[in-house]
Amino acid sequence: MMCREVIGFLADYLEGSLPPEVVAEFEEHLGECDSCVAYLASYRETILAARFAEVKKDDLLDEAPEELIEAILQSRPR
Amino acid sequence: MDGLSPSIPNESALLAGLRAGNADAFEELVRKYMPALLRVARRFLRSEDDARDAVQDAFISAFKSIRNFAGQSQLSTWLHRIVVNSSLMKLRSQKRHQEEEIDMLLPRFQDDGHQVEPSVPWSETAEALLQRAEMREMVRAAIDRLPETYRTILLLRDIEELTPEETAAALGISRNAVKVRLHRARQALRAILDPHMRGAIA
Repeated sequence: MMCREVIGFLADYLEGSLPPEVVAEFEEHLGECDSCVAYLASYRETILAARFAEVKKDDLLDEAPEELIEAILQSRPR
Repeated sequence: MDGLSPSIPNESALLAGLRAGNADAFEELVRKYMPALLRVARRFLRSEDDARDAVQDAFISAFKSIRNFAGQSQLSTWLHRIVVNSSLMKLRSQKRHQEEEIDMLLPRFQDDGHQVEPSVPWSETAEALLQRAEMREMVRAAIDRLPETYRTILLLRDIEELTPEETAAALGISRNAVKVRLHRARQALRAILDPHMRGAIA
């Protein structure tokens, strides 16, 4: 297996959805390719970074604007 | 999924109140879930007005279908799906902003299948690095540079944690298209983050 295939299979590998024989080839390549090891690690970190940055918002925006609450309650079924 | 509060002890009482058309129950629902829904809408939509519109649309649509809500999932999960959909609707009506070409951000390979530019390990874990507010801002700006279809997939799958099936249904595309686009989105984001993460100074 070459870098191209390894990187193509990354998401499936992390998800655990590759058949065992493909995992074996995948890991054999990782054993001899530092570049793909670095790519795999940074791909995984990218997912964590996105999650962390988006979930931990720094803005101080009002989380429950009163006027929006009122507007929504106007449209409740009666 | 982020921020949507865990099941509240009196969820069934709240639900009964909503089904009976009790005004207090509607107010409780809106006050309880508004902050979480607004956070979700703000991730998808860049303007505060649009995010608020999406939340309003979400509650209106929830009010309409509350009688059909069978309680098979938690209220928070149900409302989360509704606000994701109303945010996507809003997003579709917006004009596109300037985006990167996705192809420029994908890894390139030589004819023999090796990477053209070998990847280099990142200096620190994302978690350590993202303790700093300016790094979180950098990552959010990087996500915003993704072409809209890819940004949306990344948000749906990796942030909102919808399943591949739910994502495919929300976007009206195949499960395989979700998979391919998500992989490209992550690779493109990795490429944008790479120069910042390699030499990140602690």
